[in-house]
Parts: sequence; structure tokens; C-alpha cells
Amino acid sequence: MAEAEEPLFVGLSDISISQDIPIGGEITIPMRSHTQEFDSSTLNESVRNTIMHDLKAVGKKFMHVLYSRKSNTLLRDWDLWGPLILCVTLALMLQRGTVDGEKDGGPQFAEVFVIVWFGAVTITLNSKLLGGNISFFQSLCVLGYCILPLIVAMMICRLVLLAGPGPVNFMIWLFVVAVMFAWSVIASTAFLADSQPPNHKILAVYPVFQFYFVISWMILTFTPQ
Amino acid sequence: MTMAAVDELAFHEFEEAANLLVETPHAATTCRSDQLTSQDHVAVTVGSSVGYGAEEVEEEGDKTALLQEEKPQPGFWTFGYYQSFFDVDTAQVLDRIKGSLLPWPGHNFVRHHLRNRPDLYGPFWICATLAFVLAVTGNLTLVLAQRRDPSIHYSPQFHKVTVAGITIYCYAWLVPLALWGFLRWRQGARERIGPYTFLETVCVYGYSLFVFIPTVVLWLIPVSWLQWLFGALALTLSAAGLVFTLWPVVREDTRLVAAALLSAVVLLHALLAVGCKLYFFQPLPLERVVPSLQAASLPPNILLPPTQPHPMATS
Repeated sequence: MAEAEEPLFVGLSDISISQDIPIGGEITIPMRSHTQEFDSSTLNESVRNTIMHDLKAVGKKFMHVLYSRKSNTLLRDWDLWGPLILCVTLALMLQRGTVDGEKDGGPQFAEVFVIVWFGAVTITLNSKLLGGNISFFQSLCVLGYCILPLIVAMMICRLVLLAGPGPVNFMIWLFVVAVMFAWSVIASTAFLADSQPPNHKILAVYPVFQFYFVISWMILTFTPQ
Repeated sequence: MTMAAVDELAFHEFEEAANLLVETPHAATTCRSDQLTSQDHVAVTVGSSVGYGAEEVEEEGDKTALLQEEKPQPGFWTFGYYQSFFDVDTAQVLDRIKGSLLPWPGHNFVRHHLRNRPDLYGPFWICATLAFVLAVTGNLTLVLAQRRDPSIHYSPQFHKVTVAGITIYCYAWLVPLALWGFLRWRQGARERIGPYTFLETVCVYGYSLFVFIPTVVLWLIPVSWLQWLFGALALTLSAAGLVFTLWPVVREDTRLVAAALLSAVVLLHALLAVGCKLYFFQPLPLERVVPSLQAASLPPNILLPPTQPHPMATS
């Protein structure tokens, strides 16, 4: 290959620039300029516009998680608003009123928070220590957003349980939670496993499996009174 | 060196290499091409109290060079330091788990499976798995018991996750710390083969806890004697692994200290197993059901004389 290229570059030394050739132009990467526009203009736009912009970004990422397409939006434009909203929703839905004046043993708000965030941080640290090349916050973002299927399962389960406790309802509930658990694991694995060298893939994916299993179990043990 | 002599020494070489590596884990080793024929000094310094044959020692130069690569140790405040403990493959982790499941008297876990490359992945995630499996199956047991007997009050008992986590992690990290400290103190008194490093001790304990994971799942079966049988099996396997690993280090010591140490290790392990069984899988008292039936059928002022089933005019 080197021999084929040599004739191309051999004549370069003969070129001399005698007159001023205007060398100018624009070096812009379309993507960066797009966000730069936003960055400079968010100071001037109204608060409502900023909030709607962020909410739309979060909503777009929800769609990416639900349809599990292999897109890089979650990794490139990571944000932690989505995981925060999802975690608060999950913790609120797992609360139930105190029965008979006693704490009925369900997960407290703080416990859910701690499990979700410390679990995500631990998995991220684990994946970085195993040599993955995903950044810390990207990984937190992916893990947080992939809780969305389980939130959907939780909402479906509350509706199902409104119909009354019974073995058929419980079977439906179990099936829905199992399907959403699988969806969460597959969605997050699609992002996280690619960043690992091949001999570490299972080592990196197993904690993710365990994380979503614990969240699914928290949802399954929820019995509304 | 004849081929027959090489074959004769082949098996012993491995153990000698491993033992030499134990004594001088940070020794710089060089690979010499004419090692087999020369009677030169080897680069690995042998401890003065170890009396191995000279011709066996000189074979070790290239063996230890292969076993240990020379790389600078990063400081413990850097990320790279901890990354070196996660430098394991899936296959290696599975191999270590298998090694902990099947302990064998001569089969030292640290030498044969860890080979001076302890990892933190195994102990950490095995402890996490065990803690969650304990909490989940304990909860499941309560659910299944309630299906059979609706009078039992079911609650998710989420605090058990916290208790399980703290217990398992404290056991798997503080007990090795104490053990390592004790062995270092004893080793200071005598110049023998060095004890294991702290991480190797943590690894041994962590991987030995793996056998409890399937045991805890099997404890879902509500037959009591079967549960105790599985528990005893798991405890035997796990404690045997620990004992066989600690034996080479401890046998150099006095018999009293060796026996005391090993029995303390086994006792702590047994305490953990029994404690988990009793706390997370509380045997539900069946006699609680009977008094509630009796109290419901009898009026309250007649509970004292139990032989009179129906109310009579008594003072």
C-alpha cells in the first residue's frame, strides 16, 4: 500500500505558493453548533421554555428506552432529571398508608432512594473497574432511565389489583412484572455491555440483572390495603 | 538433565514454584535461557529456613518468571490500584467458584485457584447476592406460609434487607481482617512461610460463602429436617474449604494455637449459618393457632377452669 501512495505525495515538494490564496472558511460541526445555539439562548428564553425543552428531552429518552432502539441519545445527551423523576415516582408508588397505625414493613421512601441510587453507583463503579469505557454519569443515566418499564409494570399492577386480590390477578401481575424486568435488563444491557471488553461482559451484566431483580421484588411485595 | 529426571521433577516443580512465590511475592525474577544446565544462583532468594534441594531450586527461575509479571504497583489512592483487583475474566471467576464448591484436602484454594491474583469482584458480588437472596427467600417463605395458614400476618419486612446486607458484609470483611491480623502476629514470632495477604483471606471467605446461595434457595422447602440437612451440608463444604486453605499456614504453629484458630473459624461460620436460618426463616409457631381458636369459642370468664366447656354460674 505504501508503494501505491508514494507517487501521490512525491510531487508535493514541488508545490510552492507564490501568491496569496485565500484560505478561509467555516469549521463547524453541525451537531455542536446546534447545542451551542441552545446554550447561548437558554439564558434569554422564558423559564417555561427551558422546562419544556428539558421535559421534551426526558420524554424523548423515555421513548428510546421503551422502544429499545440502538440509539446513542441516552449516552450522548445524558441527563439525571429522568432518573430522578422515575426514582421519586417509584418511591411514592411503593408507599402505602399505615395500616392499623403500624408501619407495615414496606420499603420506606428513603430505602427505595438509597437502593436505586447506591445500586446504580455501585454498578457503575463495578463496570468502570472492570475496564469499561463508559463515563460515570452516562452509566447512571442509562441505569436510571431503564427503570421506566418497571414503573409501567407498577402502574399496571395497581390497576390490576384494584380489581381485587385473587390468584388470576396475581398471575397476571407476576407475568407483567417478569416481562418488564426482562425489558429493563435487555434495554440497559444493550447500552452497557457494548462498553466492556468481551471477556468481562457477563461480569458487568450480572450486577445489572441483580439490581433490576431487587426493584422487581420490591414491586412484587407491594400489597395495597 | 535427562528426560526421565525432568519428568520425575515435573509435578514437584509446580509446588516448589508456588511455595517460592509465596515466600517472595515481590521478588524480581529473570528468565535465563541456560537455567537448566548451569549451576548459577537463581534470582529468586529462598528463605533460609526452607530446605529444598538445590537442583530443584534452580529449575524455578523460568517458572517463576512466567508466573509473575513485573509491573509497578500504583498507589492505593489511585483508581488503577483498585482496577488491578478486578482484572479477572468470567472464566476465572467461575473457576474460583467451582473450586470453593469442591474442597479437597490437598487442594489449597489460594494456591491453586487464586495464584497470587486475588480479586475483589467475587467476594463483593457474592456477598451482595447472598444478602438479597436471604431477604427475598425469607419473604417468600412468609408468603407461602401465609397461603397455607391465613391467620399469619404478612408484611414485606423490608428492613431485613438492611440487616442481611450489614451482617453478611461485616462477616465477610471483618472476620478476614481479624484472621489476617492474627496470622501476621503469629508469623512475626516465627520465620515461616508467610501467611496470606489480606485480599487473599477476603477472597477465601467470600468465595466460601457462595455455597450458601443455593442452600438458601433450597430452604424454601418447608420441611424442617430437610432444611437443617441442607444447612449442615453447606456448612460442611464451606468450613472444609476454609480449613483446608488455612491448614498449611497454621500447621507450622503450636498445636494448641492451630486447633483453637481452626475451631474458632468453623464456629463463627456455623454461627453465621444458624443465625441466618433462624432470623430469616423463622419457624412459624403452629401452637399460636390453637389458643386463638380456644379463646374464640369460650367466653372469657370461664377460661380458668378448662374442664368446663360451657358457661355455668360460678363465683
